[in-house]
Amino acid sequence: MAGLLAGLLLVLLGLPIVSLVLRISPGLLIDRLSEPLVLEALRLSLVTSLAATAVVVGLGLPVAYLLAMREFPGKRVLEALIDLPMVLPPTVAGVALLTAFGRNGLAGHALSAVGITLPFTTLGVVVAQAFVAAPFFIGAARAGFTEVDRKYLDAAATLRASPVRAFLMVLGPLAAPAILAGAATGWARALGEFGATITFAGNMPGVTQTMPLAVYLALQSDLDAAIALSVLLLLFSLTILLTIRVGPSRLGALIARARRPPR
Amino acid sequence: MLDAHLGKQRGRFTLDVAFQARSGSTTVLVGESGAGKTTALRLLAGLERLDLGFARLEGQPYADAATGWHLPAWQRDIGYVAQDYALFPHLTVFQNVAFGLRAAGVQRSHIRKQVEESLERLGIAPLVDRPSTQLSGGQRQRVALARALVLSPRLLLLDEPLSSLDLQTRRAVRGELQGLLSRLPCVTLYVTHSPVEALVFGDQIVVLEGGRVAQAGSRDELLRRPRSPFVAELIGTNLFIGRPVSRGPVVAPTIRTPEGEFVIDETAAPGGMFLTVSPREITLYSQLPETSAQNLFLGTVRELIPEPPAGDRVRVVLDARPPLVVEVTRDAVAALGLRQGMRIHAAFKATGVQVYG
Repeated sequence: MAGLLAGLLLVLLGLPIVSLVLRISPGLLIDRLSEPLVLEALRLSLVTSLAATAVVVGLGLPVAYLLAMREFPGKRVLEALIDLPMVLPPTVAGVALLTAFGRNGLAGHALSAVGITLPFTTLGVVVAQAFVAAPFFIGAARAGFTEVDRKYLDAAATLRASPVRAFLMVLGPLAAPAILAGAATGWARALGEFGATITFAGNMPGVTQTMPLAVYLALQSDLDAAIALSVLLLLFSLTILLTIRVGPSRLGALIARARRPPR
Repeated sequence: MLDAHLGKQRGRFTLDVAFQARSGSTTVLVGESGAGKTTALRLLAGLERLDLGFARLEGQPYADAATGWHLPAWQRDIGYVAQDYALFPHLTVFQNVAFGLRAAGVQRSHIRKQVEESLERLGIAPLVDRPSTQLSGGQRQRVALARALVLSPRLLLLDEPLSSLDLQTRRAVRGELQGLLSRLPCVTLYVTHSPVEALVFGDQIVVLEGGRVAQAGSRDELLRRPRSPFVAELIGTNLFIGRPVSRGPVVAPTIRTPEGEFVIDETAAPGGMFLTVSPREITLYSQLPETSAQNLFLGTVRELIPEPPAGDRVRVVLDARPPLVVEVTRDAVAALGLRQGMRIHAAFKATGVQVYG
């Protein structure tokens, strides 16, 4: 019985993937992908999603550290706030971003006073992607910090290591696989972002039209182009996922090897 | 010298112990699990904050609950070896031992030399490039010691350093460790639950019971004059605590304890509170004996424990008033037909009772 249900789920999850790949020949795929509009969307997607990942890692790492290591008032509220984008419909996230950073938004005037415009700009795409990707990264990094046994931090402290040094030499390296996996998951989420982007940043080729938006647009006029783009996104996602599943232990070993002392 | 009064409240458990420890000697904190030994070490290491009391090393204040002063662990001049050694799993043996030197800002060129010397001293130089995850228990223990000692700490804290080792390794390492510790110039604090280790390592022994000091003193003092039931059990003797009873000049002096009365030798110190009776001073009889021994009790055999190594001597635990532990030869066990539940008479002379205040 359980096997039958599992088989059903496998069909439900697997069939669309298989049919997507079967639908297009490699020749046609390469042909479609070399169109300028597609290349533009690809470039924009890579630039914005990597920028969003950098923002999320830079700002999210201290947050993950604090959530894992410290107790403070309002911690539960902060946790809920951080997790919210995971369950919020992305279009709602887009509307919320507009009300905050739009021209007439809460922080809109302050931003335009310093010459920054977010809505319907490439920067806006980065903000939208960072908004939805943050909880994925913070959750993974926090779990990584939590899983590091406190005895190693105690040992570091009794070996003259200041908290900063203990972070750099012990906590960071031991949590590195989880941090990298979190960054990869966040990047995948940013790469696939659609709802918040189209609501907050619009759909302008070369400026805010990322791959998922291009897929949607192509679907209206050119099915083959939509499929070609979709296959490319699928391959990206699959590669990231496989790297996370197989990677962390090997990554850890690689890092350990890279940190050998100079002999 | 270490001068410490350590107080910590944790739920219903209260730790409140005070002791001093000299440089160049080993002080053992011994007690059963839950006695507060590890907490005491963590307080001295600065890994936890004092609720009460203070800690001073060579006059330098490390912590003082009264003023709220707390020197962070990483600024204390200590070496700390945790029970499971806590070697950094992502680092090699070299990197583990070099960790403290790097953190302390020692020059790279000096680090190499100091690490090698430290590994040499502990006889593990060939392991220098091993990942720390590929070591035996005994090797891990030595790396942990090397990592702590390479910093030449003024206070060395060892938490059950032998308990993670299998029996065979433990015996071998115990001898080496004894030699190593006896040559160290620092204050060494050694935590253990093992009476044997306490007596082997402790120049000074502090016995903890339920978060308090049950007795503290030199090894000889503890062996000769135990002052708490835990210490008596630790060294395997019968201890009773009572008051002298005066019954006029004709009768032999008597001491009354909650467990019963004992006749003691006239020359024993009057006013004594503590009595010990060596298990070897007690004789067992299956019939009420015709004996000059002035202390005579009837009891039931609860346990027969053969003594290592060969079991030639047997410890007999008696349920009696007072409860007694008797040590007899294996031949005596056979001759008396000793077995569990058997009723038996136990006798010892007044001169067999040690009395002290």
